[in-house]
Amino acid sequence: MGRYVLKRVLLVVPTLLAIIFIVFGIMSLTPNNPAAVMLGPRASADAVAKLNSELGYDKPMLARYVDYVMNLARGDMGKSYNSRREVFKEITLRFPTTVKLATVSILVAVVIGVPLGVFAAVRQYSVFDVTGTAAAMFMASMPGFWFGMMAILLFSLKLGLLPSYGSKTPAHLILPSLTLAIPVAATIMRFTRTTMLETIRQDYVRTARAKGQTEGRVIINHALKNALLPVVTVAGMEFGWLLGGAVVIETLFSINGVGKLIIDSIHKKDVPQVTGCALFLAFFFMLVMLAVDILYAYIDPRIKARYQR
Amino acid sequence: MGHLLEIKGLRVEYRSDESIVKAVNGVSFSLDKGTVIGLVGETGAGKTTTALGIMRLLPAMTGRITGGEIMFKGEDLLKKPPGDMRAVRGAMISMIFQDPMTSLNPVVSVGDQIRESLEIHSVDSRSGSAMDAKVDELLELVNIPSRRKKEYPHQFSGGMRQRVGIAMALACEPELLIADEPTTALDVTIQAQVLELMRGLKDKLETSMIMITHDLGVVAEICDRVAIMYAGEVVEQGSVRDIFESERHHPYTEGLFGAIPSLAAASRRLAPIDGLMPDPTDLPIGCKFAERCKYREAVCGHTAPGADAEGHAIACHRFAGKRHGAD
Amino acid sequence: MKRNRASMVGLFIFSVILASAVLADFIVPMSAALDQNMSERYLPPSRPHPFGTDLYGRDIFARVVHGARSSLLLGMSAVAVGITIGGILGASAGYFGGAADAVISRVLDTIMCVPFMLLALAIVASLGTGIVNVLIALMLAMVPYYTRVIRSAILNIVGMDFIEAAKACGVPSYRIILRHVLPNAIGPVIVQATMSVGTMIISAAAMSFLGMGIQPPSPEWGSMLSEGKDYMLKYPHMVIFPGMAITLTALSVNLMGDGLRDALDPKLRD
Repeated sequence: MGRYVLKRVLLVVPTLLAIIFIVFGIMSLTPNNPAAVMLGPRASADAVAKLNSELGYDKPMLARYVDYVMNLARGDMGKSYNSRREVFKEITLRFPTTVKLATVSILVAVVIGVPLGVFAAVRQYSVFDVTGTAAAMFMASMPGFWFGMMAILLFSLKLGLLPSYGSKTPAHLILPSLTLAIPVAATIMRFTRTTMLETIRQDYVRTARAKGQTEGRVIINHALKNALLPVVTVAGMEFGWLLGGAVVIETLFSINGVGKLIIDSIHKKDVPQVTGCALFLAFFFMLVMLAVDILYAYIDPRIKARYQR
Repeated sequence: MGHLLEIKGLRVEYRSDESIVKAVNGVSFSLDKGTVIGLVGETGAGKTTTALGIMRLLPAMTGRITGGEIMFKGEDLLKKPPGDMRAVRGAMISMIFQDPMTSLNPVVSVGDQIRESLEIHSVDSRSGSAMDAKVDELLELVNIPSRRKKEYPHQFSGGMRQRVGIAMALACEPELLIADEPTTALDVTIQAQVLELMRGLKDKLETSMIMITHDLGVVAEICDRVAIMYAGEVVEQGSVRDIFESERHHPYTEGLFGAIPSLAAASRRLAPIDGLMPDPTDLPIGCKFAERCKYREAVCGHTAPGADAEGHAIACHRFAGKRHGAD
Repeated sequence: MKRNRASMVGLFIFSVILASAVLADFIVPMSAALDQNMSERYLPPSRPHPFGTDLYGRDIFARVVHGARSSLLLGMSAVAVGITIGGILGASAGYFGGAADAVISRVLDTIMCVPFMLLALAIVASLGTGIVNVLIALMLAMVPYYTRVIRSAILNIVGMDFIEAAKACGVPSYRIILRHVLPNAIGPVIVQATMSVGTMIISAAAMSFLGMGIQPPSPEWGSMLSEGKDYMLKYPHMVIFPGMAITLTALSVNLMGDGLRDALDPKLRD
């Protein structure tokens, strides 16, 4: 088991290199001369050439990639063209806000989604199941940012309960987290319901009943334990979805996180900053998926056994 | 007190949006302490449904018991509230399932799965260590080294998993064991092992058993009484001697024996029964076997033949009035 | 039966939206969606303007109806192209296995470490903003997900005995793929395609909301929300109706996808 974890952790390095390569590749798709774009149409040819060489754009992409990786190893992601500050600093300044937002949201989503999904499956076709799945379907079909707007209208404006903009106090994070969490909770609920419906039809659940086990324990000890395995993976994937959603939600609620930073940087054509933000979020997501995989191996004896020797 | 188990006129239906499947249609048989009855018939005859009906473990959304009584030690199981029925399941009546590959929980160790029965019914309010000792004992009883109790089902072969299933079923020393085709999913060589184990355990523990099978060889080896099922009914029942040695049989039983290759009559070709079992959503009014029967008479088309649940009973108009004949 | 009814509702809603996209010009003229009318700004819903008017006095109903065009076109074409690319990659990986599978799967696994929205944003950041670039970005960002679904659908089929039987009979590869593999693998692909039309429409709206997609004044649901955002506290009708349009469209395709999945995979019916 320890060896499995070690192997997975060591794999982080090549995966990260590959991610950097992909992000770099994407950022090189740009049909224009980056410095010309940054400086605008009226800049002199000299200024453009100077900035290009400052940014390293006069070198081929592979050489830039190698440079970037070397610098990154020292924690240097270059300078933001816009603020002229270190890209890395700009990100780490805002990263805690985004992590807080995403983590609270995924926790809320799981805490709401999993029990509701289990309950809907156990009472299949009941009023709760039918209305619950219909509501979840509706929630999952809403654009997160629109849901956020409706939440602002209701809670900030009509009820005057919660602040809607900024991120100063914990109360400021309630609406954005809920906005991010509810559609994800709906997805997790629907998924949990489906896997649970499959699981409660398994022979081993009938075996547990044949032993005289109570219905509650049959569900929790036997069905849920198996049904949760795929749910863990989906929750991990949804975390990535959440990070993407955070970009939009941070913009909507004017939260000063990495997501808002990336959007502002795209508008300002700040290539080093966009690259840094994308890498940072992708790396964070990769770590979450790694944690999920390791967790999975711990709870599923079939996977555990495969790596035991 | 009479019989340990007495089933009278059991009826079970499966309902879906589109149709009603009449899976068990008035099944009656009885079982005495320490004896084994075989339920024999082809797939879809209602054997497993009868067993799940006794356990009251029919699929909750679709399966319904629509009539009859299941008297166990003088009490009707169908009248018990769910809590009381749970106390019966696993403790007094337990079941071994057909497919050992799917009937064990993949994420719970086999030891814990066996121990679960003990915990639920807290036999003799055992202490934790006493329960551990019992788990070890049960595993050894089915010839599995007790040191393997911490392992998970995927680490065992099919035959071993079925033995774990047997240990689980025997954990609380039930008075009645229902074995639903316990050897069907296993390799032929393993089948013999498991069967031998079950026969040994039956003699040792004096457990009564309902052995569901479509294998007449299994019946001959382990059963005292046999009930032949067809389209949700018992068409013939009697002692093993009645079934294997008597001259008089239900036409379906005759067909069943005709469809089994025999070494003694190696030259004869197999004689399969023509036709198929009737559609369980649309059963005929008269004898359910009439359409495939070579002795068919006019009466078979409109009147269903009846039979007792004692002695050698044949549900066929040919034997009407002489059902209790001493063979 | 109940699920079936839900997917019929989805089909109905989708048909209405599709019809209004196709017949937009007959329902309400494009000029109502584009012409500014400063004397009729911020009007709440009323008989001449069922959804009210926006900050330039344009009829929101007309903008929603005409906006259906770009949203549906964008959503469906992104899915169509994305699934074709994903189909080719996934089918080659699943059917031929070996090195092809290893390379394709590894590369796509790595790409999927970058969350979908982030990937699409990075592509837009690089290509530049605009509707066509948003379309390309969403399409490319979705390819790994399609590839994965199609690869596993193909793998399920390829492992089956009847494919081995066909191979043993000497049936050529292309014929096995066309006659045996594809028809059997198409189910999950159709479900995935249907559902992802909703994802695409929502993501495209989000892009427009962030100012990456369609630029004003073209009517588009996402950019309408973006415009209405600053006025929503005073004039909520400016954001309620475009948002409803997106939600209903996504809901209708999700309902249809759900119904299709249930129809193709009956194992959850009791």
